[in-house]
Amino acid sequence: MKKKFKLIDLDCANCAAKMEEAIKKLDGVNDASVSFMTQKMMIDADDAVFDQVVQEAVKCIAKVEPDCKVVLK
Amino acid sequence: MDKLTSKQKNNLIRIIVAFIIFVALMIAEHTVIPEDFAHSIWMLLIWLIPYFIVGYDVVRKCLIGISHGQMFDESFLMTIATVGAFGCGEFDEAVAVMLFYQIGEFFQSYAVGKSRGAITDLMSIAPDYANREGEDGEVEVIDPDDIEAGDILVIKPGEKIPADGTVLEGTGLINTSALTGESMPREVKAGDQIISGCINGDNLLRVRADKDYDDSTVMQILELVENASTRKSRTENFITRFARYYTPAVVLGAVVLAFLPPLLSGNFAGNFGEWVLRACTFLVISCPCALVISVPLAFFGGIGAASNEGVLVKGSNFLEMMAHIDTLVSDKTGTLTEGRFKVSEVMPESGYTADDVVRYAAAVESGSTHPIGAAIAAACSDPVPQSEITGEENHAGKGIIANVSGAVTAVGNMSFMEELGIRPSSEHLSTFAAATSGIREAGTMCYVARDGKYIGAIAVSDMPKPEAKKAVRDILAEGVRRIIMLTGDSRETARAVAEYLGITDYAAGLLPQDKVEYFENLLAETGGEDSSRKIAFIGDGINDAPVLSRADVGIAMGSLGSDAAIEAADVVIMDDNLERIPAVIRIARKTIGISRANIVFALLVKFTCLILGALGIANMWAAVFADVGVAIICILNSMRMIVRRKKAEQAQPA
Repeated sequence: MKKKFKLIDLDCANCAAKMEEAIKKLDGVNDASVSFMTQKMMIDADDAVFDQVVQEAVKCIAKVEPDCKVVLK
Repeated sequence: MDKLTSKQKNNLIRIIVAFIIFVALMIAEHTVIPEDFAHSIWMLLIWLIPYFIVGYDVVRKCLIGISHGQMFDESFLMTIATVGAFGCGEFDEAVAVMLFYQIGEFFQSYAVGKSRGAITDLMSIAPDYANREGEDGEVEVIDPDDIEAGDILVIKPGEKIPADGTVLEGTGLINTSALTGESMPREVKAGDQIISGCINGDNLLRVRADKDYDDSTVMQILELVENASTRKSRTENFITRFARYYTPAVVLGAVVLAFLPPLLSGNFAGNFGEWVLRACTFLVISCPCALVISVPLAFFGGIGAASNEGVLVKGSNFLEMMAHIDTLVSDKTGTLTEGRFKVSEVMPESGYTADDVVRYAAAVESGSTHPIGAAIAAACSDPVPQSEITGEENHAGKGIIANVSGAVTAVGNMSFMEELGIRPSSEHLSTFAAATSGIREAGTMCYVARDGKYIGAIAVSDMPKPEAKKAVRDILAEGVRRIIMLTGDSRETARAVAEYLGITDYAAGLLPQDKVEYFENLLAETGGEDSSRKIAFIGDGINDAPVLSRADVGIAMGSLGSDAAIEAADVVIMDDNLERIPAVIRIARKTIGISRANIVFALLVKFTCLILGALGIANMWAAVFADVGVAIICILNSMRMIVRRKKAEQAQPA
């Protein structure tokens, strides 16, 4: 499954690159991207673990940039 | 400064307050405060007030970062640098560095927001609402998300068309420029398909939605453009990788700089403070953001600029490759040519007019379903009444004879004429050949005779698109080394079209699978995917999907509303205009130029500052200016991609 999430207050381009790197390393993630320009995160992960992966990704983001919020729809 | 976010406003207030306190303290220090008090612990506490007002979030982020094991981010580096300055007794410098860092961050966030806004404005094709007509005829305003296939929509003058659909009632002009870059409005009437994202003209249209909103062209395009920034260019990957090593390396350099020279000098305690300050300058310069932001911004701008020309580029990597196209392979029919037969030349025998020749020929062909017959019929403005056409006789592969308005009329090829014992005068044939050279070979000749007498000839061909010749020239001028035309047509046709367009390489008589093979060979020839010489393919996306996906860059033409083509291609040209191709190559090259300039500039300034900082010439203020200044200049440089377009829009109002 592939899903996009909006990010609020993603303020630094290098942080986006770091988040992306961290999320890509999570188990079950096929592909991920964090775009500083569009302020969006895309996660492509296995269906079975998708929700879990999203939770992990949110943690990765908080680690890199504590002010950055993920809009979970 | 309009439209600041609440966070930006908040930051701006903090910067202003801290700046006022900073200036007041500086003045006080130079006038009323005694020298020995200026370096006391009390003064430190006073200086910490503006420091925390402007920088508390940076320190907070730094602490959180440390607890998470995230070193080397900007907050960390800035905090260490300023704490170092405080430690050395340089209170004013510590506050100034934090203050300037935040001013820089503010401008950076403002400029990025601005360019992001500018690009999304350019792509503001999404409708805000739709008017749905219920079964009772009542019209209600709904969210476009709620549109389902089969809904009846009412589109008022000036409104955006919310979903792809078919016109039920009303005629009018619709403006497709947001999608195709084409400024001429398109005429629509009942039964016509219309595409979401276009703007309705002055008339009311009643439309049946053919697709759900989510499947409509608008949504597809927005999706594509948003996804484009996730496919990163090589330059982008290079700079992110570079930043990953750059920051730790410079931090290491800072540590060495702080300890090694004082140790070597023999007077560690006496020199340590000075070298710590220089090391702090290093830390400030080691911030990676200016580097990391410099490239994606340029590509984002480039993709935005292309989408304004009616060209969707599906990724930064494809835009990058567009700038490095070595060989452009093009399909012929429907791409370089119109894709349908048209009367290209009429040559009447003396005593007859071109209209006569076409009129009689059209009458004979009136019962024919052959594309050539249809082309002749389409060229006839004043057809012979059906009642005057009798006794049609079809000689397959040769021609047709019929009785038209009381005279036996024949239309067919040369051998058919010879069979009937009709010979055009040789004089006529030679002038005809001269007038139609090139086109004649590319098309089919129909000779027309009445009452056993030759009256003229008609050339029917699949004409090259009017802009094709210029587009080919422009593409070559943009640095593409060669253009190769592939076609399933005969060699003669291929040669005529290629010669007319100025294309030297072509391959004819190819079946679809031959095209793939031809392409594979070409790829092998230029050294495969890693080669810097990129091969692009242009097609209409209908039956060349395999080649489109095999090419380094697959470009689909005339794809507005064609899902298959949009799916298979890397670059999608919404309308049919070949001149979009040189335009996109130009945009791509400009994007590469800007991103390279950004990288070179950022690195140059950073390294200069590193050297000057190590020598003690550049202080931390200079370093902060260098860091955020570079970022802002890179942003402004990237915004040129967008600004150029805005000017063009003003020059020719829609």
